[in-house]
Amino acid sequence: MHTPVNIETSWPDAIYAQFRRVGIRQVGYVPDAGHSRLIALCRSDPDIADVVLTTEEEGVGLVAGAALGGQRAALLMQSSGVGNCVNMFSLLRNCGFGCVVLVTMRGEFGEFNPWQVPMGTITEDVLRLCGFLTYRADDPDAVGEIVGAGCDMAFNGNLQVAILLSQRLIGPKVWTR
Amino acid sequence: MIDRRDLVRQLLIDRGDLLVVPGLGSATYDVAAAGDHPLNFYLWGAMGGTAMIGLGLALARPDRRVAVLTGDGDMLMGLGSLATIGVKQPNNLVIVVLDNAHYGETGMQPSATMAGIDLVAMALACRFKSAHAISRIEEAANVRASLHSGEGPILISARIKEDDVPRVLPLRDGHAIKQRFIEALNSA
Repeated sequence: MHTPVNIETSWPDAIYAQFRRVGIRQVGYVPDAGHSRLIALCRSDPDIADVVLTTEEEGVGLVAGAALGGQRAALLMQSSGVGNCVNMFSLLRNCGFGCVVLVTMRGEFGEFNPWQVPMGTITEDVLRLCGFLTYRADDPDAVGEIVGAGCDMAFNGNLQVAILLSQRLIGPKVWTR
Repeated sequence: MIDRRDLVRQLLIDRGDLLVVPGLGSATYDVAAAGDHPLNFYLWGAMGGTAMIGLGLALARPDRRVAVLTGDGDMLMGLGSLATIGVKQPNNLVIVVLDNAHYGETGMQPSATMAGIDLVAMALACRFKSAHAISRIEEAANVRASLHSGEGPILISARIKEDDVPRVLPLRDGHAIKQRFIEALNSA
């Protein structure tokens, strides 16, 4: 059994504040410990439909459907989930659906589990190949500003934006036996 | 066994403000053959994602009815989305699987439903409000009624003939399909 990452800073709250500001109404996610507080905030918000996905590419369809219906949606996933989405991301580019993906990074700074490294080290390149603008957040105090800028670019310009929340920001996964 | 074109045409008669998401390949051609409409979001790709597009749309527009019409191959690729939909319980979403038990676009290789893999049982296990299979065209009227007023989520598996039917190709530009759909939805 492992304990969730202890999030001592308020950067998830800063992300949530940006979701409220730009009017995110649907949030699709495959849970990640680094997203746990943000998921809890979204789940407790009656104005946000929280959609727990069985696999991350489902969220790409969700974003498209939400946009067709006039709602903005965001996706939360771990870096490993980016690999699951690659073909489905075509939908966003083909049709010009604005999309914000918040990616908690694994397989980089201080990673305990080598199985996370192959995908973690190619995540940003994969996103760029798929047509995403990518921004990294390492400093907790800058997260809100970066997410806000990313949301504005995505929804004002129908662009695909990914924000990589670095493993150094999130903190290493804490394992106990 | 049901003629797919006949079924889809009957399902979309007097469709009113129904929002329709057809899956890539034959389902998109069937829906186009029934008559082009701005509230069709034709898919030419995104295999496995059709039901999830329907979910996002159904959640965004609870005041409207959403019909996903797709093939067995697309539904099988997105099986997990049955669970995802079952969690959210959208009462305005109906999925019709046009099940010929084959991958029609690629040379009619058998799909998993050919081996008896049961999409209806899966939908019920995923807490769909109702799910059943049809194999006669006389049942089309009931399915059509479900599209417009059934308590969702609903999944209907229509056992269709394996016949290869002529392709009817609708708009292919994704931006144009999206924009036309959004404008029609906003003006209705």
